[in-house]
Amino acid sequence: MRDQPISILIPTGALGAGIDAQDIARGIRSGVDAIACDAGSTDSGAAYLSTAMSKVSRESIQHDLSILIPSASAAGIPLLIGSCGTSGTDRGVDWTCDVAMSVAKANGIRPTIARLYSEQDPSLIHEQLNEQLIHALPPSADLTHEAIDSCRHIVALMGVEPYIDALNQGADIILGGRTTDTAVIAALPIMKGVAPNLAWHAAKIAECGGLCCTNPLDGGVIVRFYDDSFTVEPLREANRATPQTVSAHMLYENSDPFRLIEPGGVLDVSSARYRAVNDSITRVDGSTWTTQPYTMKLEGAGGGEFQTVMLIGIRDPKILNSLEMFKERLLRDLEQRVITAIGLTAADFQLSLRLYGWNAVSGEKVPENVPAPREVGALLVITSSSQALSTRIAKTCNPYFFHFPLAATDELPTYAYPFSPAEIERGEVHAFHLNHVIETEIPLSLSRLSFAQY
Amino acid sequence: MPKLSKLCRHIRSKNAGPFWVTIDLFFHGSEQFEFYRKSPPLTEEKIADIYDTEAGNVKIFFVEDLHVVKISFPRPAPQGWYNERDMHGGQLFVPLLDIEVE
Repeated sequence: MRDQPISILIPTGALGAGIDAQDIARGIRSGVDAIACDAGSTDSGAAYLSTAMSKVSRESIQHDLSILIPSASAAGIPLLIGSCGTSGTDRGVDWTCDVAMSVAKANGIRPTIARLYSEQDPSLIHEQLNEQLIHALPPSADLTHEAIDSCRHIVALMGVEPYIDALNQGADIILGGRTTDTAVIAALPIMKGVAPNLAWHAAKIAECGGLCCTNPLDGGVIVRFYDDSFTVEPLREANRATPQTVSAHMLYENSDPFRLIEPGGVLDVSSARYRAVNDSITRVDGSTWTTQPYTMKLEGAGGGEFQTVMLIGIRDPKILNSLEMFKERLLRDLEQRVITAIGLTAADFQLSLRLYGWNAVSGEKVPENVPAPREVGALLVITSSSQALSTRIAKTCNPYFFHFPLAATDELPTYAYPFSPAEIERGEVHAFHLNHVIETEIPLSLSRLSFAQY
Repeated sequence: MPKLSKLCRHIRSKNAGPFWVTIDLFFHGSEQFEFYRKSPPLTEEKIADIYDTEAGNVKIFFVEDLHVVKISFPRPAPQGWYNERDMHGGQLFVPLLDIEVE
């Protein structure tokens, strides 16, 4: 029996989203053993992994760390942050560490900062592939050496072990590379002997902060671990964690609402029970954890193609009444002009014409009886092997895209374009190339720990 | 025959990682959930047809306690390909709103 529960404060679903100092102070006063949260995700696309750039501004990270670091330090509890810099590359860890050290210095404190890296050397991934230690996740095919080479950055998602190792070595603050959203929260409870089913289940529910409460935008949560159950409570008094909102979070961004695969095992919540302790706190028990051979998920992304875009607005009813025909003719004409004017083949470029207000989002053909919209925005997306070529194509398309008549004999119209110059260099197209797991007998073998020097 | 949008209080779609989409149908209550469950129009084959994916990869779950049906399937193309129109998959639920339930 524990005298006191092990308690973890999850201040936000994503570091940099905005943390309230009073929330944190109140949470710490209520008694917590660590602050843990995540700073990354694949949600916003492959660009952040491919470029190792943060989605969140340095100022936003600094704002949140300026509250968390002094608070954790004064309370004498560890601060664990996973997936630093959005994608959890080595650069993301170092960037976040730089902010953390400047915050520490500004507060006149010197916490021990552990940097946990999980970016992978491609040559080692090639070797592991040769040793048949890498397996595809559905719906992807087996990994190829070409796919590895197409990635600019490859990260492995860490489980709890590297965090426990860093805590055991005396870390006050752990800044982790790519980590499962849950592991950063589950690490300290598992280290303290909390049953893994409770630790992982609570971590999954709390990973997005207040998203498991009635007001998802209202601050974070605290999870408290008892002998056979855990509770979820909102950080802010006005918010509520109900059995409904807590259990529903298992659905969120999860392809399977009952099973969650983590490094070293699988959580099954199909027989979990969620009961109200009072109006705002929910108690949870009944999930199971089954140990499995240790695997870590790999994420890899790269670029290669470049896009230039142009936007026009149309409100002429004559065009709006014949949008499908207009779109088909315009696209065909533009493709033909690019081929003849620049001397490209159809395989050298792609034109995508998207009519916003008509069918740009679905891309599906619109049935004939649908009434004409009041306006449409036509976005022309040009993709090719270089930025210069995509822009050259845009400049070639420019006069036709802006003045294309419905019939060849019509007087030339001019559509409403909002910007000059009209073409916008959108940059590189980034894509995820890995959807695979790697087997490893030693959970620490794919991560590296180093302590920041002041 | 009621439409799915009438039986549900909320329908949403979102990526579940860059390679999967998941759709949650939140029914108003047990009555609507059970009505749907008697003869669910959204079979694996129907989903594959609507979303241009393989029926063998479609996963459908009935979450009784929440009166939720969850449907997950691989994205036709991974998130962020050059012709991406919905990076988060947040609008992919729309074709299901008018599905009729017998």
